[in-house]
Amino acid sequence: MELLLQQVMAGLANGAIYACMALSVVMIFQAIDHLNFAQGEMAMFSTFIAWQLIAWGTPYWLAFAASIVLSFVAGVLIDRVLFRPVQKAPILSQLVAFIALFSILNSSAGQIWDYTIKTFPTPFGHTPLLGSLVDTHEAAMIGVTLLLLVLLYAFFRGTRLGLAMRAAAANPESARLVGVRVGWMTALGWGMAAAIGAVAGMLIAPVVFLEPNMMIGVLLYGFAGAVLGGLSSPAGAVIGGFAVGVLENLAGTFIPYVGQELKLSLALIMIVIVLMFRPSGLFGRSVVSRV
Amino acid sequence: MMLEVSGLNAFYGQNQALYDVGFSLGEGQVRTLLGANGAGKTTVLRSICGMVRVAGDIRFDGKSIAGWATEDVVRLGVAHVPEGRGTFVRLTVEENLQLGAITRKDKREIAADIEHVYVNFPRLKERRTQQAGTLSGGEQQMLAVGRALMLRPRLLLLDEPSFGLAPLIVEELFAILRRINEETGVAMLVVEQNAALALELAEHAYLLETGRVVMDAPADVVGADESIRRSYLGY
Repeated sequence: MELLLQQVMAGLANGAIYACMALSVVMIFQAIDHLNFAQGEMAMFSTFIAWQLIAWGTPYWLAFAASIVLSFVAGVLIDRVLFRPVQKAPILSQLVAFIALFSILNSSAGQIWDYTIKTFPTPFGHTPLLGSLVDTHEAAMIGVTLLLLVLLYAFFRGTRLGLAMRAAAANPESARLVGVRVGWMTALGWGMAAAIGAVAGMLIAPVVFLEPNMMIGVLLYGFAGAVLGGLSSPAGAVIGGFAVGVLENLAGTFIPYVGQELKLSLALIMIVIVLMFRPSGLFGRSVVSRV
Repeated sequence: MMLEVSGLNAFYGQNQALYDVGFSLGEGQVRTLLGANGAGKTTVLRSICGMVRVAGDIRFDGKSIAGWATEDVVRLGVAHVPEGRGTFVRLTVEENLQLGAITRKDKREIAADIEHVYVNFPRLKERRTQQAGTLSGGEQQMLAVGRALMLRPRLLLLDEPSFGLAPLIVEELFAILRRINEETGVAMLVVEQNAALALELAEHAYLLETGRVVMDAPADVVGADESIRRSYLGY
């Protein structure tokens, strides 16, 4: 029982990382209707910017805020400059653009900051909590993820801009007919996804350490979480992210032969099984319609 | 004239759908575009809203709007109820109505206008928190009209409002449209397959055939001309 609890908590702590990433994956999915393979690299780059600011002597929270704002602006620019022109291109061409963005960000981070592993500070410390089941940073990660979710929910359900964004994503042609500027809604989605990614990166970096390839594994888990929870549901993505973290840990600990090596594969297999029965994810909305 | 169209050509890719189309519509007037399937009626509405590539002249209040972005045409007060109704199926009825007023800033008046739509369409009020996709065809058409009215439009473009609806519902809908025109003075351009109905609502009709205007006459003249009725309107 002790061990189970411990593994669940450790899973939740990892899951918070995935949930954060899953949230930004869902954000971009809502805006452009497919996945952004460069999402992780964007988050990594944002984290490096914060790291650089801190290295120059900027206080942590100022660097944190600056990185979020810069990432938002960069997200909007990436949409306007890079993806707007290929918006109507076939999906495979868009995929190539994503991969280009991926490698541009990855290589420039390596070029500017090199590939040595760097430590990233956390303002929350690593004090053990709850009889050392989690530490303060992990608890903060869970808290921030949930806070982000609540903020997103309030934004999408409670504001007119959020409503316009939902309309633009669901039905661009009709959205234009009521006067929604669909192109800008997409850009805003990119900006928000980049900003959320920045938060995720800065929370993840103290755990996995900072280097240009830090997000590759994390993004895979984030995708898994988002797909498991349902790409149309931010809350589903967060729950999915946590679920992947917990599943992975429990499988590694309790299923013989799986161990640390195969735990990721096992978690992904379970996800595939879930999707066989619920293709739109655990919490994805299935559309009810009548003609 | 509020809306003046002349020499309008429209294209889908390489295919030309409209040839030298011209017509006009004054403040508060109701006019109809009639014609068979594929005559280009829908394309005329799409041309006005910048949803198709056009060459020619489209003027709204004397200002040339040909080739404008849809969002900008809407901001002039042009509300388009498209073919297939354009319902946001996953959003609630009330969210659909709010979207109709998304370009307006006057929040209090928007709330009042939503209540006013509910007066015209009581069924929508009963279903305000329901997903719009769960409404019946008639209710969705009412919602589409209600959503368009939320813009406080000066011009309402209606694309086959009777399509797929039961005769009784159609009659109710057209009665409401007439009342709205009288109450608010919104001009309407109605595309219809159901010519008899459209000629009752409109004061003037344009007849389209393979992308050209072949007749331009008062509604009662068109309705009274038996050969036209038989060869073009099918009743």
